[in-house]
Amino acid sequence: MTKQETGPRTGPGPAPGHARPSVRRKSAYPYALYLPAGIVFLVIFLVPTVMAFYFALTRWTLFDSEFVGLQNFQDFLAEQNLRIGFQNTIVYAVVTSGLKVVLGLLLGVLLTSKLRLRGFLRSVVFFPTLVSTVAVGITFAMLLKPQTGLVNQALALVGVDGRDWLGDATTALLSVALVDVWKGVGLATVIYIAGIMSIPQEYYQAVAVDGGGAWHRFRHVTLPLSWPATYSVIILSFIGGLRSFDLIWTMTRGGPGFTSDTIASIIYKQYQAGFFGLSTAGNVILFLVVTAIAVPLNYYLGKRQVAA
Amino acid sequence: MTGAVLAVLAMAALSSCGSSSGAGSEPAADGSVTLKFLIDNSQATVDTAKALTEAFMKANPTITIETETRPGGSEGDNIIKTRLSTGDMSDVFWYNSGSLLQALNPAQTLVDLTGDPVLANVQKDFLPVVSQDGKAYGVPGGTAMGGGILYNRKVYEQLKLEVPKTWANFMANNEKIKAAGIAPVIGTFKDTWTSQLFVLGDYYNVQAAAPDFAQKYTANQAKFATTPAAKAGFDHLAEVHAKGFMQEGFGSATNDQGMKMLVEGKGAHYPMLSAQLPPLVSTLPQAATDVGFFGIPGTDAAKNGATIWEPAGIYIARTTENLDAAKKFLAFVASPAGAEATNAVVQPAGPYRIAGAKLPEDAIQVAKDLQVYVDEGRTAPALEFVSPVKGPSLEQITVAVGSGLTPPAEGAAQYDKDVEKQAKQLGLAGW
Repeated sequence: MTKQETGPRTGPGPAPGHARPSVRRKSAYPYALYLPAGIVFLVIFLVPTVMAFYFALTRWTLFDSEFVGLQNFQDFLAEQNLRIGFQNTIVYAVVTSGLKVVLGLLLGVLLTSKLRLRGFLRSVVFFPTLVSTVAVGITFAMLLKPQTGLVNQALALVGVDGRDWLGDATTALLSVALVDVWKGVGLATVIYIAGIMSIPQEYYQAVAVDGGGAWHRFRHVTLPLSWPATYSVIILSFIGGLRSFDLIWTMTRGGPGFTSDTIASIIYKQYQAGFFGLSTAGNVILFLVVTAIAVPLNYYLGKRQVAA
Repeated sequence: MTGAVLAVLAMAALSSCGSSSGAGSEPAADGSVTLKFLIDNSQATVDTAKALTEAFMKANPTITIETETRPGGSEGDNIIKTRLSTGDMSDVFWYNSGSLLQALNPAQTLVDLTGDPVLANVQKDFLPVVSQDGKAYGVPGGTAMGGGILYNRKVYEQLKLEVPKTWANFMANNEKIKAAGIAPVIGTFKDTWTSQLFVLGDYYNVQAAAPDFAQKYTANQAKFATTPAAKAGFDHLAEVHAKGFMQEGFGSATNDQGMKMLVEGKGAHYPMLSAQLPPLVSTLPQAATDVGFFGIPGTDAAKNGATIWEPAGIYIARTTENLDAAKKFLAFVASPAGAEATNAVVQPAGPYRIAGAKLPEDAIQVAKDLQVYVDEGRTAPALEFVSPVKGPSLEQITVAVGSGLTPPAEGAAQYDKDVEKQAKQLGLAGW
């Protein structure tokens, strides 16, 4: 940022030479001003992170810790339900982020069109995002109850025999994922609305001149040009899906049995059992897994964004 | 380098905050003392603690006891561990006895009561479950409870059934109950812990068949999967599911719903702890008379018995500044007078572990049923009281077996692996 000089500039070209050092002196804060933020960052983020990497290598009871090397990592990877947990985590992340992209885009298109109730509908779609995840989990656990839940009662009205959505191994994970989509699609929609609104009108006029219909407008203008929005939604919801915990925990606690366990819930159960070193090792692994998936994904999608 | 110095300073600042807030209860000038008493938030514990503290404060006007509650389950375990390890524990606290106590590192964190007059009235059988390395740390809070089958006596009367002594009889009863349109066995797998009773409550039968199982199991020489008597618990669970004896929606039913079903006679059997009943008596009075208890039946009618859960312990934190008052309170808890004060408010769920303390005349049916087993010497403590090893995932494994997702043999093998993880984390020898 160059700062406006006092007095009128006489013409284009670089600002007079003496201005530069003064600009630098003004914009540079004394280092002391960084200190409070630095201390907060150090104490609350950096120290615990480094400590976590250390405690992952110990048998840690909160009272004392004993260095055991990579034993915890070995034990965590030998965890019998890790495979299910890993599968579920990926399935959950893919299903939720996929549905959020599709539904978010459709709702985004709908809510940027000339609807009469547009403002109202936008609030309705965004509302679930504002509610606490735990509250959503508890509410839906009630709604999905086999006999007394509203969902099955509604299904019964149209003659469909609903099932025990959360107590049945085949539907538990998917039910939670759908609730996650219900809750998260508002945010995706808002991102899409912003993305679609920023597409210049000229493109649509060009399609109109060429005689293209609604489908052409969507296929050749909206879809490719809202790629930045798609990119944000995929990254946000995919990482969110990989780390998802609160909704799964409040709705099924990883059950029935281990059928809806994710990596995060496996780690949490180990904290609960008092295996602090072991679960810290699990967190380190989760951190590495999320990084290993998110960084290449980010890179790949980023490259496409440039191309698009 | 400066980073490290800063970190140390910051940690020092944080930890000094922690310790200064811990000292809130110093003796006042007039000799009055305030004790802090941490309990779990289950209705039974809250009521019992209220009865005990009120009676104690009446007799000792200079001592005030303030109770504070914490959540139960593993969340509560972590609160206890954190507060003990940071020196922020209340003077006196209520916590499990048996294997969970071992994880608190009692030698470092609790006041040793071995040989202290506080323990004078405590029954000898109870001491091992509050001891580590031969030192005793606590007195019994509340009563022992039975872990087995709670059954609706009205349903039994109506269908002319007899209390089963063998598993085969039990399953035969279930057939008749199902034919009568009542759910034979209540399952409440939403509260996963409730799914463990067929396995944990079966320990009397395991001990009858293999008396040295606990010892060998702790030493990594006996396994659930390879000891038929121990594996039986998992088999039972699978069999009940396979025959369709559980009510519809068992996967998302809760413990409260299960108890209600049982008391109202919509379900006949509920594998459960007897301590679940006393809190129900005020809202569903028939819970006191209509629900009975029997131990989980085994293979041999002649060797029938029941598995007992010892009472929780009440312990003194080493950081207390009011040791005398705390000991006085514990001595009162572990006396017949303490038991009487409790009886007046809370229905006992089983026998007391205090010499001279008796069940009241109008005790609830489950407590009476359990007392019979105790009087006849046909009880065994649950495995978690005789071995420090209990795997943390048993409740998920039993849900999976009980829902037909995992075959029983595989479930038992999974549990053995789970146990191995626990034993390794405890640093036990031989694993």
